[in-house]
Amino acid sequence: MSSVSVRLPTVMRPQANGESVVSAEGESVGDVLQNLVAEFPGLRENLLDDEGSVRKFVNIYVNDEDIRFMEKLETPVEGTDEVTILPAVAGG
Amino acid sequence: MLIITRQQWLKIVNEAWRVYPLEACGLLLGSIDAESSTANVERFVPIDNAAASAKLYALEGSQFSKTALSADREGLEIVGVVHSHTHTRAYPSQTDVSEGTRPLVPPDWHWPILSLAGGFPELRSFQFDQKSDDKSSDSVGIVEEPIRFLE
Ligand SMILES: [Zn+2]
Repeated sequence: MSSVSVRLPTVMRPQANGESVVSAEGESVGDVLQNLVAEFPGLRENLLDDEGSVRKFVNIYVNDEDIRFMEKLETPVEGTDEVTILPAVAGG
Repeated sequence: MLIITRQQWLKIVNEAWRVYPLEACGLLLGSIDAESSTANVERFVPIDNAAASAKLYALEGSQFSKTALSADREGLEIVGVVHSHTHTRAYPSQTDVSEGTRPLVPPDWHWPILSLAGGFPELRSFQFDQKSDDKSSDSVGIVEEPIRFLE
C-alpha cells in the first residue's frame, strides 16, 4: 500500500498536531481519507458526514485536479501524489 | 485592518476591469497578526471565477490548490479573498456572508470587496464575526475594517 502526502487547510491543522502536510496510506482518495481520520480523529467532523461521505463545500484535489472531475473518491493515488483538502470558496 | 500596497490594489482593480461585467476574484497572500486582526497583504493572486457570473463568484479549484501550495512553500498565509461587485456597492451580500462562514473557511480571513458600480473602483474590507454557538447567518456580524494603503 502506498503512502501519499495530504495537505490540510489551515482550519484542520490544529487537529493534526499543527502539521500542514501529513501522510496517509491508501490506494484511492477514499482510502486515504479514511486512514487520515483514523489517525487524526479530530479531522473527521469537518471532513466527513455521518455516512462517511466528504462534506459539502469541502473540495479534494489530487495534484491540483478536483476529484469531482476524475473518479471522485475512487480516484487512484500512488506514492508521489499529493492530496489537497480545501474549502469551496464562493460568494455573490 | 487591511494593509495593502497601491501596486497590489492596482492589480485588483485591473483584474476587476479585465473580467467586467463578470465578477473577479482572487486570493490575498501575506501575514495575519492575530492580536490586532490585521492582514498585511503582500500579494494578490487572481483566480478564475468558476461561476463566470456578474452576480456570483467561485474560486476555480485547481488554481486555488496551486496557490495554497505555493503560499505554504513561500511561508505566506492566505489572509483572505477579494472579489468585485460590478453592479452593487462594496458591501457583503447575503451569499458572501453565508459562504464566507462555512466550517473550513478560516474565521480570521479578511474579505475586501471592490465595487465598480459607481463607475470608479471603491475598495472596502470586512471580516465576519461569527458567534461561536449559533451557526445561523443572522448571528454573523459584518465588521468593516479600515484599509491602509502603502506606497
Ligand atoms: Zn460579494
